[in-house]
Order: sequence, then C-alpha cells, then structure tokens
Amino acid sequence: MTTATERSVPKPVFTDAEAGAKEFPDSNARRFNYFTPQKRKQTHYEDVTVEVQPDPRHYLAQGWLYGFSDGKGGYPLDWTVLKAWGSDRPEPERGPGTGGKGYEWPAHGWHEFRDPNEEWELSLYRYNANVVRQLQANVDAAKQAKAFGQWNPNWVRFVQQNVGAWMHVDHGLGLYLFANANRRGPTNMHNTAIAVNSMHLIRAAQDLALYQLTLSEEVEGFDGSAHLETWNSDPAWQGVRETAERLTATDDWAEAIFAANVVFQPLVGELFRSQLVMQVAPRNGDFVTPTVVGAEEFDFAERDLRYTKAIFELLSNDREFAEHNSRTMNTWLADWTGQTIAAARAMQPLWSQPDSKPVRFEDALDRVKSRFAGIVEELSLDVPKELER
Amino acid sequence: MSRQSVAKAHQKIQELAWEPMYHQPVSHYGTDYTFRKAQKKDPLKQVLRSYFPMQEEKDHRVYGASDGAIRGNMFRQVQERWLEWQKLFLSIIPLPEISAARAMPLLFRNVPNPELHNGQAIQMIDEVRHSTIQQNLKRLYMNNYIDPAGFNSSLRNFQNDYCGTIGRQFAEGFITGDAITAASIYLTIVAETAFTNTLFVAMPAEAAANGDYLLPTVFHSVQSDESRHISNGYATLLMALADEGNHQLLERDLRYAWWNNHRVVDAAIGTFIEYGTKDRRKDRESYAEMWRRWIYDDYYRSYLVPLEKYGLVIPHDLIEESWNQIWNKGYVHEVAQFFATGWLANYWRIDPMTDKDFEWFEHKYPGWYNRYGKWWENYNRLSTPNGHHPIVAEDVDYQYPHRCWTCMVPCLVREDMVMAEVDGQWRTYCHEACRWTDVEAFRPTYQGRNTPNMGQLIGAREWETLYHGWNWADVVQDMGFVRDDGKTMVAQPHLNLDDPKKLWTLDHLRRMPNLQSPNVLLNQMTDEERAKFHADYIRGGPAGRPYRGDS
Repeated sequence: MTTATERSVPKPVFTDAEAGAKEFPDSNARRFNYFTPQKRKQTHYEDVTVEVQPDPRHYLAQGWLYGFSDGKGGYPLDWTVLKAWGSDRPEPERGPGTGGKGYEWPAHGWHEFRDPNEEWELSLYRYNANVVRQLQANVDAAKQAKAFGQWNPNWVRFVQQNVGAWMHVDHGLGLYLFANANRRGPTNMHNTAIAVNSMHLIRAAQDLALYQLTLSEEVEGFDGSAHLETWNSDPAWQGVRETAERLTATDDWAEAIFAANVVFQPLVGELFRSQLVMQVAPRNGDFVTPTVVGAEEFDFAERDLRYTKAIFELLSNDREFAEHNSRTMNTWLADWTGQTIAAARAMQPLWSQPDSKPVRFEDALDRVKSRFAGIVEELSLDVPKELER
Repeated sequence: MSRQSVAKAHQKIQELAWEPMYHQPVSHYGTDYTFRKAQKKDPLKQVLRSYFPMQEEKDHRVYGASDGAIRGNMFRQVQERWLEWQKLFLSIIPLPEISAARAMPLLFRNVPNPELHNGQAIQMIDEVRHSTIQQNLKRLYMNNYIDPAGFNSSLRNFQNDYCGTIGRQFAEGFITGDAITAASIYLTIVAETAFTNTLFVAMPAEAAANGDYLLPTVFHSVQSDESRHISNGYATLLMALADEGNHQLLERDLRYAWWNNHRVVDAAIGTFIEYGTKDRRKDRESYAEMWRRWIYDDYYRSYLVPLEKYGLVIPHDLIEESWNQIWNKGYVHEVAQFFATGWLANYWRIDPMTDKDFEWFEHKYPGWYNRYGKWWENYNRLSTPNGHHPIVAEDVDYQYPHRCWTCMVPCLVREDMVMAEVDGQWRTYCHEACRWTDVEAFRPTYQGRNTPNMGQLIGAREWETLYHGWNWADVVQDMGFVRDDGKTMVAQPHLNLDDPKKLWTLDHLRRMPNLQSPNVLLNQMTDEERAKFHADYIRGGPAGRPYRGDS
C-alpha cells in the first residue's frame, strides 16, 4: 500500500483584511494625503507620479544623502536659470533638535506642474504599442499592394536621402537632449514627461530606420545608406545638424527643452514633416511615408508640445518670477530663432527635388512661422524679430 | 517579428548614431574612469517596434491580475502582518526605480558606445514603468486593504521616518557622485545583478505564501526587465576592465557597492521575509538560505568570480563577511529588533512574534531563542497600553544603538562598531567597511590617486539628532504619523484594530522621557569617557544587551 505524503504548501487562511471590515481611525482615509491635486479630485496619474522624487524643502527631513563631488545632491533647482515661486528660499537648515519639518507642501512652484497628457507607464506603453502596430500594418499593406512600385526615381531618392536624414535628428535629440534631461528636472512630473518625450523621439527614429530597411528590400535600387552622406555633408542639412547638435550641447535643461520644442520643432520639424513630406509624398505616388512621418508629427503636436507648453506657461505666469522667466525665455527665443530660421532656410532646395511640387517653400515657411508665433503668444512671450530673417 | 528580422532591425538602427561635427553633447557628469571606444554589443538587441507591444502585453497580465484580485476578494486572505511591512517596502521602492531611470544619462557621455546607449535609454523607460506600476500597486493596497493608514501617507512618511534613509541609499547611490561608480557599479553590477534576486524573486514568493498574489504579479513582471539591465551593466564593466587604469577604482567601487547593498537590502528584505511572514513551515527557505542560493551561489560564484580572470578584484573577504553577519552574527534579527524597538517612529504596525514563530526561528537559526526570545516576549507584553511606556523607553535589556554614519543602519552587531573623528565630528560606524567607505573611499583622493569626481556623503545622517531633546509625542506629530482622529498613532506594536483602548495615542507618548541622540551625547563626552563608552559598547550584544561589567 502506498501512502500519499502531503505536499508542503502554504495554506489559505481567512483573515478578513479587506477594506471596510472594521471601523477605526483612518479606516476610510483612502487617498494619498501628501499633495494637493491640481483639480478638485486627484487623478490616477498624480497618484503614481507626485512626490516619488523627494524634495528637502518640504518632507525630506534628513536632506539628500549622497552628493556629487561639489557636495550637491538630488535635483538642484539651479540646474536651470528659470525659477518658480519659492525657489530662492534657502533649503531648511536641519540639525540637532531642529525637528524635520520643512516648508509646507509644495514649498515651491515647480511642484505645481502636471503633465496634461497624464503619462505614466500604462499610458505610454498603450500609446506607443498602438503606434508601432499601426505603422507596421500600414507598411505591410503597402507591401501587399505593391505601392512602392508607383514611386518615381526622384521620390525614391528623396526618401532615401532626406526622410532618411531626419531620423538622425530624432535619435540625437531623443537620447542626448531628452533622455539626458530626465535627470535634470526638479520634480518627478517634469522628468517623467521628459522621459516619455525621449521615447517618442527614439521610437520615431527607429520607425524611420526600419522603414528604410523595408524600402531597401522592396524598392529596387533603394540605397539604404544614402541617408548617411546626406546627414554628413549635404549643405541643405548642415544647418539642421548644427542646430540639433547645439541643442544637445545646451547645459540648462529647461533651455534645451524650450529651444527644442518651442523653437526647433515648430520651425524645422513641422516644416519638414507637415509642410514638406506629408504634402509632397501623395502627389509623388507615396501614401505610406506620410503615415510614418505623421505618427511622429502627432507625438509632437498633440503630446510633446502640450506638456512643454504646460511647463513654460506656468513659469511665464509665475506669481514671483514671471518677469524674470519671461525675460529669460525671450532671450532664448531671440537666440534660438535666428539659428533655427537659418537652418530652415538652408533646407529650401529640398522643395525642388520631387517631380511634383505642390507647395512652395516660402508658403510652407510662412505657415510654420505663423504657428510658431501662436505658440509663443500662448506662452505670454514676445515673437522674436529674428523670425523675419 | 522573427528572430532573424530582429537581428537585421537591430543592425539597421545602429546607423542612427552620429559623431558630432559642430558641438559636443553636454557633459554633466564626471568620472575618474577612462574608456576607450569599443564595439561592445548589446546582446539583447532590443528594438522599440517589438519592445512596446511586449511591455503592453506584460501590462495586460498585471492589470488583469489586479482586477482578478479585487473581484476574487484577495484581501480576505491576506495576512496583515505581511501587508503592514509593505507600507515600508512600497514607500521605498518606487524611488530607487525612478532613480535608476535618472541614472542612465550619467553613462551617455562617459561610456563611448552608442549601441549601449540604446539599451540604456530602454532601461530608462523600463524604470519609469517599474516606479509607476509599483506606486499603482500601493494605491491598490490603500484602496482595498483593511488599514490604509501608512499607505495613504507613504511618500511623506518615508521621507522623514527613522529608517527611511536606509532605503534611500538604494536610490541616491545610483544618481550622484562618480558617474560609473553610481550608475554602473553600484546600480547595475551590484544592486540589479545581485540584490534584485532577493527583492523581486525571493520576496514575492513570500508574499504569495501570505495570501498576496499581486506583489508577485507586479514584481515578477518588473524582474523580467532586469535581465536586460544586467546586460547593460556587464557590457560596461567589460569596457572598464579593458583599461588597467580602472582596476583600482573597480576594486574600490565593488567593495563599497557590495557592502552597502548588503547592509541596506539585507536589512530591509531580510526583515520583511523573516518577520513579516506567517508561513512557518519548517521546510520553507529562510532568508539566509535564500541569500545563500540567490546571492552567494548565483551572483558571487556564477557571475562575479569568473570575472576575476579579466582582472577584476573581487571582495571575497566582504562577501564572506556578509554571510558571517547573516548566519553567525544575526544581522537580520538585530535589524528586525531595531525596527520593532522604534515602532512608534514608524508608520506601519508590527505584529508581535508568537510561540509558532519562536519555534520556526529556533529551527532555522539554532540559538535564536536564547538571543532574541526574551526581548520578543517583552515586546508582546508591552504591545498594548497598560500604564507602561512603549518598549523603547522600558528596561528590556536593550541599549538603543548608535547610527552608522555611512549606511545609516545602526551599529547593531555591537562588537563590530568602530569610531572615527571626521571633519571635526565623532562618528560611529557599524563595521570597518563602513568606516572605510566614509573615511577613505568617498574622498577626492584614494590611495594617493586623485579622484576628483568621487561623490560625498552628505545630509543630516542621523535621524535621532534632529529630535534630540524632544518629547516623543512631538516627534510623532512633527513627522505626521497620526490618524484622522488627531491622536491615534499610525504605527502600533500589534495588529488589533477591534478595541480602541488597545491603540496607542499621542497622549501615551507624552509621559515618556525625551528622545536623546546617541551621536550628540557621544560628541559631548571627554576623550576618556568616549574610549570607555566604546569599550563597553563593543562588549554588548547580542540582541542589543548592554554590557554590564565583567560580573
């Protein structure tokens, strides 16, 4: 006779430890109570982002524990010259017998920023997974329909060189500006929004690279490496390249993001994507490229610009430093607009390259200038005279 | 995507990198390491086209399980003893995760390999995932577990309670100081490769044994990203090893990172697993057994030792000493006792140990009862208010410990405590390795070599000093650890919520003697008094017993 030995496993136990089982102090206190929500009720996004990155000005009683070699720890507010109210108050001094309290939350205005896109992990993976799936479907459908066969040689050249060159901009800014800046912002809400922006750009760069790979396989004579020479030496792209490189070389994180999303993207990014590629491609027999480039355009226009405006609107209307911030941002506008407009103008030869030319460069530039001026006015800033260069 | 197309796709995206012609990207973070350009490959070849849908699918599983747990009334079977410790754990862990995201840019300008930058950027967004998915788990606990107190205030409480700094090192160590020390050696080579095994694999198993299957769902999903991060660290380490000038720094950083991770992670996770569980089956693994398997065998012997042939100096002595601390010196038990001693300065409830717990501890750690049994019996006896003080102010043969200046876990293994006068202040350290970290490693020169990029240990590093001379009721009120009736404390040294008379309030604390900072007192002593104090301190223990003379 065999005897079954009882397996050693944990036994379920009825504990009745669910909400509402008993009444006692705090038994119904079921919301995070350490921050003030932006609106009447706190959002799911706020619950998973606010205060994860601590701040010695309010709750962080013992201060930062590790510093760089200069003794600065955490997320110094002076990593940008912009200021939010309360920024100039010194960090609370804590020592023997002082207690741990700092200033009342939020202690300074940086903590008032909320990403209007409410990005956190659930939203960012859903959004980007949908984008890559849709792009893959678009490209697959085009392959099956033999759509690439309708492209004329000039358009093939245009895509391999110019659409190919743009992916370098996305990659460089995504990694060395935005991913870099996710270490620089003063709150978790800033840095999470910036990290998501970074992934939009890195994904867009890869979307274009993989699209190029498909074209190399599908279009006879498509030179999948042509983008390198264009990016490295085509005079029409060198202004863009120099501006992109300067953006990644900018020390002040807020200036870098401002210059990229308020100046460069509207004046060069949208000029190239919306006012050139997406307008010209259909007339040249290409209905696929606009969907790839359009995904990136949507990232910027509907999401990245949205959070950027929310950051800088708050600062240009700050209750203590509005004037300082506006003056600084107007200086940035003057500085970056001149270089960016020059880069945009250097791209003019691209408008002549396709066989079918449905838009004039000057008309396209006028449209993006008008859009740019609108963004600047929404931020309560001055449209720079450099725009008219 | 087929495997072949992933390889081709990954090859194609390597064309995206470019060498700057006009401006160099900004260099915010310095290192004393030197790297030569090398074509180290990213072995996992992650491409975002497949990455995003993969992560979305993992999310579907996590959130589906979350819905299932609520609909299936999981909280009717969850052990309160376990969930209470999650108030601490889930306060800590979202910060290290988001700090790991912030750490990735430290590597961009210092590790000249664009292929690795791609992997680091993906790790960055993985870490955003981990941080927010863990915050979301805490939110779910707050909404559905019987006692939301402590969950609802966790990110204020964690930042000011008496053991928050212990966990915070496991975040701040990633993002400051020498870029390679922080973001590569401390974060990826030691924290992720070694200690996430106990954090994200061993601990979730214990959660499941206590009726909580959501913690394993979330943390195993998190852990499935870690293998990519480990690859990032490994590739960077091999690049660093290629330059002999780095070997001295690697030896220093591995010693610091190993010892600090041991002090911090074993303190916290060891306590959760050993003292937060109700599963006392004799054949379930103890923390020491898990540590031996996951860290000693899997990490030390299988990962670290083979790197010796590339010139890496392995801190064999510190690894053996860590085991010695856990197995012979009762490190985890000493820490759990300390957490429970100061229960009133916490924001979760700590369940007393029972006879069944005693039996298990004795079985797993022979001699445990003689060391710790009496103290836990006292803890049980003093757990409900009955005219006495909380245990920290009662005579239970326990000397309140000094803080370790470096790791901020107190000097609990009394015999190991060392002191040093540094920057005009007498500091105590839990072990010689922690003294070395402060006095020798975190300095602008190391063994005669300039190390201008090395970080500094800063901040008000002893919690007790902030409240020196304060009444305990004022301390708890200052930290905000009070429930919504304005007087009942969030923390309790038991789990009984039925009888309001058994709940401690601020009124009970008013009668206690004022809190005294051991470090302030130490610095008030004469040299002779201090020498005698040290001689007595190291003759104390185990279980915090004060030295009472040779008799």
